[in-house]
Amino acid sequence: MSEVPGSVDAAQPPTTITGVGVSPGRVIGPVRRMAEPVAAPAESEQRDPGRSADDEKARLAGAVDSVVAELGRRAEHAAPDAAAVLSTTAMMAADPTLTAQAGTLIDDGASAERAIWQAAGAIASQLEELGGYMAERVTDVLDVRSRTVAELRGLPAPGVPDSDTPYVLVAVDLAPADTATLRPDLVLALVTSDGGPQSHTAIIARAAGLPAVVAARGADALVDGTEVAVDGGTGTITAPPSEADRAGVVRWQQQQLAQQSFTGDATLSDGTPVELLANVGGGADATAAAEAGAAGVGLFRTEFSFLGSDHEPSVDEQYAQYRPVFDAFAGRKVVVRTLDAGADKPLPFVTDTDEPNPALGVRGFRTTLSSPEVLVHQLEAIARAAADSEAHVRVMAPMISTPAEAERFATVCREAGLETAGVMVEVPSAALSAPAILRRVDFLSIGTNDLTQYTMAADRQLGALSGLNDPWQHAVLRLVAETARAGAERPESVGGPAPVGVCGEAAADPALAVVLLGLGVTSLSMTARALPRVATVLRTVSADDCRRLAALALDSEDAEAARAAVRAELPVLEELGL
Amino acid sequence: MAERTARIASASGLHARPAKIFVEAVTATGVPVTIAVPGGPELNAASILSLMGLGAGHGTEVVLRTEGDDADRVLDELVTLLETDLDAA
Repeated sequence: MSEVPGSVDAAQPPTTITGVGVSPGRVIGPVRRMAEPVAAPAESEQRDPGRSADDEKARLAGAVDSVVAELGRRAEHAAPDAAAVLSTTAMMAADPTLTAQAGTLIDDGASAERAIWQAAGAIASQLEELGGYMAERVTDVLDVRSRTVAELRGLPAPGVPDSDTPYVLVAVDLAPADTATLRPDLVLALVTSDGGPQSHTAIIARAAGLPAVVAARGADALVDGTEVAVDGGTGTITAPPSEADRAGVVRWQQQQLAQQSFTGDATLSDGTPVELLANVGGGADATAAAEAGAAGVGLFRTEFSFLGSDHEPSVDEQYAQYRPVFDAFAGRKVVVRTLDAGADKPLPFVTDTDEPNPALGVRGFRTTLSSPEVLVHQLEAIARAAADSEAHVRVMAPMISTPAEAERFATVCREAGLETAGVMVEVPSAALSAPAILRRVDFLSIGTNDLTQYTMAADRQLGALSGLNDPWQHAVLRLVAETARAGAERPESVGGPAPVGVCGEAAADPALAVVLLGLGVTSLSMTARALPRVATVLRTVSADDCRRLAALALDSEDAEAARAAVRAELPVLEELGL
Repeated sequence: MAERTARIASASGLHARPAKIFVEAVTATGVPVTIAVPGGPELNAASILSLMGLGAGHGTEVVLRTEGDDADRVLDELVTLLETDLDAA
């Protein structure tokens, strides 16, 4: 079927699917669905009585050959690092031990699907027990297993679709591993039927500047090849696109060009300066953020230098990771968050993967209970890199719950020669204890993603809870207000007013950014791509407007009402398609 | 039956990359070779999953065994490979 741009199929009335817009932008393109995860073959699944064990083994061998060939084909077109991973994965698919064990199960009567599923599962558990690096390879073994079973069943391989032309990716939800293999030059937009505003899909989409809609229930009905219009601002998907959608895409592209003129000059309409900072994960990010006009770094996530490692990196290795970030912001502020391992970011050398409830477990600063030396080494590396650079380096600890923890952190920072120490406010207890915490440390930074998750007791990855997991919720805004007030009202006897920033995804929502400033937050740190649009909206409001809109938001009992009340007062959002 | 003991030289042990290089070398010999940690079961040395399952870290001793006319030459080659730091390659 050929697509004629602008054509309207009279037989097909336009349908609109609504979800939650998590990354603004308007595009039109064909749907490519992410293949469904492969379902486990039943434990009792026997081979077809018409086939001998040898026939069944030949069937399995044929499927393995196809999987190996497909992985080899992808390796040929991949970058060297990815190609090495793909060819190792291909070697696992054709592994003689794996096929021998599956063969034994086939001899006992199992189907090829069940045999490979069970044999690979047993090997995966053994590797998992070894822990560390080997445990991380479990994903590869399970991926090989899914591919082989999909091949045996004649289904498409699971994962991101192979395509040479741009498409709108539609999935149930995306795992971090899926998002890592996305080609930004081919993916026009992300649409998921599950997932919330703070899911990995949302975070990756915002960082990559890809329009995205999550929790779009009806998206499961979209079929491959259907042309759709995606609006990541309003959270709608329309098929087929209307003339208005096409005009909207053109308008969005023009505005993107106009906004590129942002030079880091961030002020409100009354001239009040605003500190707009960037969230970065490493040197490349930092360089891009400096070019995008960030006044500094409000959150340097150091765990990206640790992930994928089965042992603690040396002080020299860490120094080499930190130095480029500091150098990109010579003369400006860089806030380094110390290692935030645990929960969705397990690290074999500091965290225990067997916790029944990792989000409430030993994560962030709490890992110093069992491995205090990791923080000491990290602070040493930060202090050395800071001394050799021109950046104004500060450090802050994640997952602080009590003033005593804040004091312990401040003490180790001083011992490492780092003068300015702060903590993150992600746990409601920290927000409520902010005045006492600020007697021990120099600043606070509110992590709205976790603060929302813990305040509302709603897992940030669960699409079903996306309504609860919303930083516009009344209780979350109250805690932000309390924390900001503690900073503004810190007594002169302990240093006077202290900065209180926000470094969660909430700061990248232009309407919420206005509210946060009105609540008394002193800096906003966000993915660098959001800086121009947040700055553009902030230029249209005065400090008084911010306070008035913050009061409006606080007066609303639920997230939807708060968002609607504030957006109604900010017509600029509609004009910009945000 | 020929037998050799080798000490793993790769900095991070016999994990994915060194294991892949070793499997390619074993496969190229065309003869069955087994690998074991002392006291452990003999595993197929041409299986990357078995090698990874050995959990052999840097400095671990492993025993290689094979048969045939060419057994000594084959094992000498494989020992040299194991005693090279393949992570540095």
